[in-house]
Amino acid sequence: MKSKKLSRSGLLLAITIVLFLLMYVSGMLIFSDKGFAKPQMFLNLFISNAGLIVIGCGLTLVMITGGIDISVGSVTALICTVSAFMMENMGLSAVSALIASLFIGLLFGVVQGYLVSYLEIQPFIITLAGMFFARGMTAVVSTEMISIKNELFLKWAKTKIILPFGYTNKKGVYIEAYIYPTVVIALLTLVLIALMLKYTRFGRALYAIGGNAQSAVMMGLNVRRDKFKAYALDGFLTGLGGFLFCLNSCAGFVEQAKGLEMDAISAAVIGGTLLTGGVGGVVGTLFGVLIKGTIASLITTQGTLSSWWVRIALSALLCFFIVLQAVIGSVGSKKNRAKLV
Amino acid sequence: MKQKRFSWQRLVHARLFMPLVCLAVVLLANVIRTPDFFKISLNNGVLYGYLIDIINRSSELVILAVGMTLATAASGGQDISVGAVMAVSAAICCQILSGGEVSVTSLAAPIILAALAGVVAAALCGAFNGFLVAKLHIQPMVATLILYTAGRGIAQLVTRGQITYVRVDAYKVLGGYIGNCPIPTPVFVALIVVIIMAIILKKTALGLYLESVGNNGKASRLVGLNSALICFMAYVLCSILAGIAGLVASSRIYSADANNIGLNLEMDAILAVALGGNNLGGGSFNLTGSIIGAYTIQALTTTLYAMKVSADQLPVYKAIVIVIIVMLQSPIFRSLIAGMKHKRTVTVNEK
Amino acid sequence: MSQPVILTMKQISKAFPGVQALNQVDFCLRQGEIHALMGENGAGKSTLIKVLTGVYQMDQGAVWLEDRPVQIRSPQEALSLGISTVYQEVNLCPNLTVAENLYLGREPVKHGRIDWKESIRRAGALLNKLSIAVSPSAMLDECSLALQQMIAIARAVDMNCKILILDEPTSSLDDEEVAQLFALMRQLKQAGVGMIFVTHFLEQVYEISDRITVLRNGERVGEYDTSALPRLQLVAKMMGKDFNDLAVIQAAPKGQVDSTSPPVIEARGLGHSGTIKPFDLTIHKGEVVGLTGLLGSGRSETVRTIYGADRPDQGSLKVNGRPVKISQPLDAMKLGMAYLPEDRKKEGIIPELSVRENIILALQAKRGLFHLMSRKEMEEAADRYIELLQIKTPSRETPVKSLSGGNQQKVIIGRWLLTNPDYLILDEPTRGIDIGTKTEIQKLVLELAGQGKAITFISSEIEEMLRTCSRMAVLRDGAMVGELAGDQLTQAQIMQTIAGGKTVQEDK
Ligand SMILES: Nc1ncnc2c1ncn2[C@@H]1O[C@H](COP(=O)(O)OP(=O)(O)OP(=O)(O)O)[C@@H](O)[C@H]1O
Ligand SMILES: [Mg+2]
Repeated sequence: MKSKKLSRSGLLLAITIVLFLLMYVSGMLIFSDKGFAKPQMFLNLFISNAGLIVIGCGLTLVMITGGIDISVGSVTALICTVSAFMMENMGLSAVSALIASLFIGLLFGVVQGYLVSYLEIQPFIITLAGMFFARGMTAVVSTEMISIKNELFLKWAKTKIILPFGYTNKKGVYIEAYIYPTVVIALLTLVLIALMLKYTRFGRALYAIGGNAQSAVMMGLNVRRDKFKAYALDGFLTGLGGFLFCLNSCAGFVEQAKGLEMDAISAAVIGGTLLTGGVGGVVGTLFGVLIKGTIASLITTQGTLSSWWVRIALSALLCFFIVLQAVIGSVGSKKNRAKLV
Repeated sequence: MKQKRFSWQRLVHARLFMPLVCLAVVLLANVIRTPDFFKISLNNGVLYGYLIDIINRSSELVILAVGMTLATAASGGQDISVGAVMAVSAAICCQILSGGEVSVTSLAAPIILAALAGVVAAALCGAFNGFLVAKLHIQPMVATLILYTAGRGIAQLVTRGQITYVRVDAYKVLGGYIGNCPIPTPVFVALIVVIIMAIILKKTALGLYLESVGNNGKASRLVGLNSALICFMAYVLCSILAGIAGLVASSRIYSADANNIGLNLEMDAILAVALGGNNLGGGSFNLTGSIIGAYTIQALTTTLYAMKVSADQLPVYKAIVIVIIVMLQSPIFRSLIAGMKHKRTVTVNEK
Repeated sequence: MSQPVILTMKQISKAFPGVQALNQVDFCLRQGEIHALMGENGAGKSTLIKVLTGVYQMDQGAVWLEDRPVQIRSPQEALSLGISTVYQEVNLCPNLTVAENLYLGREPVKHGRIDWKESIRRAGALLNKLSIAVSPSAMLDECSLALQQMIAIARAVDMNCKILILDEPTSSLDDEEVAQLFALMRQLKQAGVGMIFVTHFLEQVYEISDRITVLRNGERVGEYDTSALPRLQLVAKMMGKDFNDLAVIQAAPKGQVDSTSPPVIEARGLGHSGTIKPFDLTIHKGEVVGLTGLLGSGRSETVRTIYGADRPDQGSLKVNGRPVKISQPLDAMKLGMAYLPEDRKKEGIIPELSVRENIILALQAKRGLFHLMSRKEMEEAADRYIELLQIKTPSRETPVKSLSGGNQQKVIIGRWLLTNPDYLILDEPTRGIDIGTKTEIQKLVLELAGQGKAITFISSEIEEMLRTCSRMAVLRDGAMVGELAGDQLTQAQIMQTIAGGKTVQEDK
């Protein structure tokens, strides 16, 4: 009886987490001399990916409904550049930049959501247009790179939150582990979204829509409205995530966050969310982000590869991971099925 | 009677009518802004003009769109690695032609052989994608994400991080002109690809198989179709076409630029498929629609350049036009517009 | 005698491209009555229901609830007005659990969050009450079609509705489940719920309904009290001509079993670990062998192993006396087999493809990629089977998904007949098919057997099997537990074997 509950999404998530741990531990063993084993190394995964975690959460929501949003990377660039422009060139406060960021994200979400859910246009195309639009608007705002020097903003970005543990380095000095406020916000958002998916009617409706939209209509759900809300929420989270991204990079420029959408999508998929909808969750996406982050830091820690080998190694590891997951997943679900009968 | 005519109209036109209208509108928009848009002149025995430019420049996109249509139909997902595969095929071809040198003025190997090697490499990439999608059931966009990231790395590896130049006239033919022919070669390449594909679809059951597998894989298996093999073949074909497009692109600049050949073209190819009225969720497909879609995109780009829009801001206008086009194609939007008048009469009738 | 009217539909019209599905149809439902909606495949029954529940918007007409005019624009509104529906095709979400499907959109909420414990508990109680043997936390796509159907019914009846609509709820249920459903319907009737009931089983109509409305070609033929409309007249009203189904069948010749030549199918110890235990089965030319057993007893799995849809992992198979190895359906097809699957929505139709393409698909697959049938050949084949099976479609180029349920089934039957198989496996071929065509199909089966084809026939309706089969194998819990032939083929004997009675000697 119990084995039934671990079907598909649970199984995929379990595989992902185990593989992540395996990968991280082997990284610690191989690169222990290069500091990979330090706890701060682990926390840095969160620090450098706080924005991506939030963006991934939003994307996961629309992927669960069977949709997709590939505009997130460009919208992030737009948000960073607009924020930087507001603070540096217009002398506005960091608070107004934050509000503007959230507003831009929400606006994209609402417009894209309307077109996708009420006019039933394919989400890939709409968000592709969104991607072009945001990237182009970034260039309209500023073609130069703007570094942010706003005091309040930097305070938000770089206030260390000291954690009650640490490690002693080679010279015998105790170094405390720390995170930035961005990490707290990201994890808080993640928990909220996870709870929403699990414990609200809206959350469950998203799964139903992804499972079979037509059935969902016939079961009396307001599919269009819920889909619209999912995109709007996704947009808002992109706004928030974009701002967190900005806090991490402290700059805005046209080419920023290129390919971020692919990072977010693959993180969600690695975390067990299906592009066809109906299966997945944000906790998985978190692990997807961590896995991609670990792969990247493994390669930077290694440090001797030429630029093209970095690309190849990155994708080889990604490939290895995806294939392993697929193989284990299919074997696992086969066993599950046999057990049932 | 009226009923019948209405539905007939919808059946015949729904799929190709709107894409064609959109293309026409994009082209006509130029008449106002750039009056000499439709002028075609003969300079030095070669045709010039915006129209020629559009047809020439969109050749690679047309070739990609054909492959993307097949992959989409069979798997219900998109192959986002085609741009990178173009770079791989170009790199291998140029590297063989240059014999490992960075820049050469004479060939180290026959062009046919090198081109063939490039296409074979592309086919291998396709086999890799196809294996992941069809056999391991990995979602297409993620499966092809691997080569999307790795592809350009592999291409750089092949060219050792340099841009390999093949400054030989014979190699420029593919992206330039054949002898005294005034029409650019890429146009012919695209035409040949389209014709061959049309013949395949007409003479074999491939089209039916692809649609069937993409529509209901389980049922297709039970009627004796090897769903996995068919899906696999679609991806191989898609990559082979990307390889050919890569050769054309490389011949245009007589070099293999791993970082820029086919850059962002995968998105345009997917866009072409959708603008052609195809469902990105797989199943039934319409090749002609995709091809029209490809020309529309290039026409749009050329138009915007003709209107002196800066390259940085081009995407803004492109996005707006795309949204307008897909909205016009959306049946719901159309019935909304039609319904506005209709609704009024209905409520009046009731009261 | 006459209860108050709770639903009136007046002059309802609805057109789809190429067909007028409903033409000025009137319908009325009283409180606490069970109202059967009858008609041939494609008569417009489901369309009328979908118009009522807001899935489709009607072109013309009006709806009153009690004496209030209403406009129902979406299933959501229908629900909020107290109209609860079980649609013809199961409409649940495969990726959710049974409990979630039962309470989707109205999950029990406590302190602003869904109370999962309560939801599981309630679901368990509901399933228990209806004697549905499934765990509330099981995933829906692991449930058989019949279970899913029962779950859909459970969901609908749990809604506290005033009007309950059941569109062919019994097509995939066995007798016991039907009895349960009827008991439940009687309870609801006492509580004053008005019910619209669609079925092609005439016995069920006479057992449970109070009144009957007959549709034909999208028009209302009339409304009758069930007691005042004898069976033959009802059939005549539906078909628009006199017709005696039983006479037709009895007139058809039974096939001549040819046991001299090697058997068409000879399975020895064939099995698929995890689903069915090793079984022996021999089928000769001209023989119709039935497979029977309770739902989930492994009837479908048995034929799937023979056909290669599930690869057998033990035992051997001989076709026409020659040992063969079948590793995929195409191999089986090349050996002259054909398999009509049970679940037409999931495994049968290719929804977006046209009727023509759906019909020729199997033959085309058999011929291979490079031997594309000519357009003319395809059209002729499609037309032939549209004609033969009386498939009701606006044209042969209509996507098969927009056909009525029964007509989709006919398309798939046509698909397999076109391949001219020697051995035909029919898994619930008459599910959702109207009485006229059902008799035609039974006749066809006997004719095919008469032509020397071997046939395996699976049906939940024992009577239908008795009419067509010359021998029956009985399955229980994935194992073949007996074979009945000749005089043993009686309803009582079969029921006894299914239930595990001792009077039947196992094997001969
Ligand atoms: N979505 C649709 N698009 C186009 N035509 C449709 C659609 N749904 C139904 N039809 C057509 O409307 C007619 C009535 O179909 P309907 O499903 O109401 O029949 P039915 O009486 O329920 O038949 P069955 O007993 O087979 O279920 C059929 O001719 C069918 O082809
Ligand atoms: Mg029906």
